[in-house]
Amino acid sequence: MDLNSLTLRSAQEMLRSKQVSSVELTQAMLDRIHKIDPQIQAYMTVTDELALEQAHQADERLAHGDNVTPLIGIPFGVKDCLSTKGVRTTCSSKILENYVPQYNATVIEKLSDAGAVLLGKHNMDEFGMGSSCENSAYFPTRNPWDLSRVPGGSSGGSAAAAAAGMGLFSIGEDTGGSVRMPAGFCNITGLKPTYGRVSRYGLIALVSSFDSIGPMAREVYDVATVTEAIAGVDGRDSTSAAIPVPQYSQSLGKSVKGMKLGIPKEYFVAGMEAGVESAIHKAIEQFEALGMEIQEVSLPHTKYGLPVYYLILFAEASANLARFDGTRFGLSVRDGAEDVIDVYLQTRRAGFGDEVKRRIMLGAYTLSAGYYDAYYLKAQKVRTLLRQDFEQAFEQVDALIAPTCPTTAFKLGEKTADPLEMYLSDIYVTATNPAGIPSLAVPCGFSQGMPVGMQLMGKHFNEETLFQIGHAYQQVTDWHKQLPPIG
Amino acid sequence: MTSIKYETVIGLEIHAELQTASKMFCGCSADYSSAPEANTNICPVCTALPGAMPVINAKAVEQAILVGLALNCTINPHNTFARKNYFYPDLPKGYQISQYDLPIASEGWLDVPADSGKGTQRIIIRRAHLEEDTAKTFHRGDHALIDYNRAGVPLLEIVTEPDFRSVESALAYATKIRAILRYLGVNAGDMEKGILRFEANVSVRPVGSDEFRTRTEIKNLNSFRALTRASTYEVERQIKVYENGGQIVQETLGWDEARGVTVSQRSKEHAHDYRYFPEPDLPPLELSQAYIDSFHAHLPELPDAKTERFLREYGLKPQDAALLASERSLADYFETVVKQTRDSAQTVCNWLTGALLRQVNELGLSVDAIPVPAVHLAQLIDLAFDKTINGNTAKSVLVEMFQSGRAPKEIVEAQGLGQISDEGVLKEMVIKLIADNPKEVTSYLGGRETLLQWFIGQIARATKGKANSQAVKQLLLDEFEKLKK
Repeated sequence: MDLNSLTLRSAQEMLRSKQVSSVELTQAMLDRIHKIDPQIQAYMTVTDELALEQAHQADERLAHGDNVTPLIGIPFGVKDCLSTKGVRTTCSSKILENYVPQYNATVIEKLSDAGAVLLGKHNMDEFGMGSSCENSAYFPTRNPWDLSRVPGGSSGGSAAAAAAGMGLFSIGEDTGGSVRMPAGFCNITGLKPTYGRVSRYGLIALVSSFDSIGPMAREVYDVATVTEAIAGVDGRDSTSAAIPVPQYSQSLGKSVKGMKLGIPKEYFVAGMEAGVESAIHKAIEQFEALGMEIQEVSLPHTKYGLPVYYLILFAEASANLARFDGTRFGLSVRDGAEDVIDVYLQTRRAGFGDEVKRRIMLGAYTLSAGYYDAYYLKAQKVRTLLRQDFEQAFEQVDALIAPTCPTTAFKLGEKTADPLEMYLSDIYVTATNPAGIPSLAVPCGFSQGMPVGMQLMGKHFNEETLFQIGHAYQQVTDWHKQLPPIG
Repeated sequence: MTSIKYETVIGLEIHAELQTASKMFCGCSADYSSAPEANTNICPVCTALPGAMPVINAKAVEQAILVGLALNCTINPHNTFARKNYFYPDLPKGYQISQYDLPIASEGWLDVPADSGKGTQRIIIRRAHLEEDTAKTFHRGDHALIDYNRAGVPLLEIVTEPDFRSVESALAYATKIRAILRYLGVNAGDMEKGILRFEANVSVRPVGSDEFRTRTEIKNLNSFRALTRASTYEVERQIKVYENGGQIVQETLGWDEARGVTVSQRSKEHAHDYRYFPEPDLPPLELSQAYIDSFHAHLPELPDAKTERFLREYGLKPQDAALLASERSLADYFETVVKQTRDSAQTVCNWLTGALLRQVNELGLSVDAIPVPAVHLAQLIDLAFDKTINGNTAKSVLVEMFQSGRAPKEIVEAQGLGQISDEGVLKEMVIKLIADNPKEVTSYLGGRETLLQWFIGQIARATKGKANSQAVKQLLLDEFEKLKK
């Protein structure tokens, strides 16, 4: 079995036709993880026993034709910020080193009900704060295409695992590009769904008003199939939308002829790596060849995207991380503590990494009396303008195209010294989250041997159009079929 | 030196737990006081496990709307939740979900008796907002234990303008709020359980001035007595400070019940900056006007309206009407008895506010659970009205009713307590009494009229108190009249 080239769709067919059992498939995945992951370090935790048990149950269901869902028996991994009952969930932070959730995130519950097989938890930037996976408190994950380079972040482990065939799909989480940027770096397809499309219940929050859980896999078909399984309203998440979930995978294959693709002119300015720019332009030509109308559009407030994103992030994150106080779960440093405030200080000092501390402090500052109006409130007002930019653009076009990052994957250590430079690698992917719109990352070429990703942005709750366009592209290109030189 | 007269300025915040079945943002039982053990009514949401998310309790929203309408507030169709950030072990999330700039109810009022003693004064209610209660902390030696059963229980915070000019009017307001909450069935008002708590913002100023001087905030007042004592103490303390040429510093105070003093907890410099911002996990609460209006139909007749009606309909004394109307169950009980007895409403009122409430209080019962059915009290009142039993007997029958739960007629019959009103029977006894006591008769007829009571007493003793004393008196007078002739 050539696992490296296996897609979710091909595995689905093999399981249905009984060419392979879920136990065999899962064992092969586990073997591959144990063989190659020591070099990549995409996994924080591997759940061998649990995986084989779930695989066995999936085989039973397959044998009895009992509730055979599209994901039955399919092994996957999940970013370590989704709560998994009985399985350690760290957010790649020392403060959660030994934290074992008592409950499953809604997405995990849905996948478990669908019969998918959990292989383990993926490494990430601590609490999702980072763009390279180097902010993991445990170890950095490496890019399967070049082990000296980063996989992107913060869902770096999820991207690397999917790219290296250590799971047929990954569940990532995108707060400001955290699915799309690493998908681009690792040559896989990934979706940041519309805010509210997928329940956040059980997701350890970074920015409650941005966080979007999304699948990452080889092909648009795979991503659409998983999206179908995890999307939908959830009574436990009041921000999830009561909008019916379309049969995404069934609607693929429709022609894109006559559809309009917008090029946001503010995104194509100085600073983009030449190889990235040319790959994106070739993709645009490809869309033209598919019969799409290409049109330049303007998103006039683009330059405010990054500051708005970070200001709101700091504020919300500072509150979201307040519960990590050493009283109920996770790390608790009590040695020599004089009072409860001491316990808080010691625990948080020892448990949080530098980037996390930096953002908490900035968040507390921007929410403070006297600064709230100038920072948080202003950012929320500009957020409305960003959203309006997109709404106006979507009056003219069906989707927008942009790179997922100005560069390809950079070297480990290259940007760690300067947090601002690291922040800038997310320049194309941050504005979508304050706006809440969906965006699909699709491989679109290579620059100096490293993958280039493009993203297709669409209207709220119109993932279908993005899948349609992305799928059409993958029918006439084979970038997504290129595999990393590992294993 | 001219002495300045000072005026009290008080604003009140009342924290009322809403007695919903489940907590404000999760499905856990909100009934923490009957939880078998600490930390049994808890889940990922109310203990703030990572990833857990709040969902608004619709029942708490309904109750908040009812209270808002009862307090003449505007119910805001668009209202939002916010995060109030501070670290404390009883606050699991590190922030409290509360309402900040857009509360569910605003701009209401409540009338209380005027300080002048004549008429009423209107207290303006600034806002009423929904939030969640904290966990309970228990200190044990050098460590503390936390019980999260209370964490997340719905709270309604009702805030007035600084409209009170006396401690008495603040107390009257607080008492009335408690009565209204009980009327609406949203809070039982058990102060000892801590389900109703007060905070008083106190300042003083020279009479005639309209400035607002620096205020202090007395937190966590758990009884009317604490509210009264703490506010009174604080007013006097502030006046003394000014009289000695000092200044009041803005601070948060606690009330030391044992020592009877307020104690500083936090000065302004150490005041929390709560860093409020909109709660991103909860979309704004949008209430349609039709939905809000539908609650008018659910509003019961409230204490003030009921008092008015009792005055009008039953001609009760004002203080009686107000006392009966202060408790919905008492008022309902009163009206049920009135409908079932032949005696007057005022008599029923006298029974209720007198003998009945005395029993309730002596037995430590709640007026919500008077063990004597209204129909039994009506029966008892009728027995007295018909002179089957006299007033004193009726009172002891009532005591027996509380003890045994039996109907008054049963008790009267079983114990042979029926009053002797039969003129034939009584006349025979009177004639015999006169015949047996010639000395006393002569004395009486000679002018010692006080002996009449002695004769009545002899009959009462002979009948074990069952004789209708009015009838006996008349018969005696008639017989003596005959003898005079």
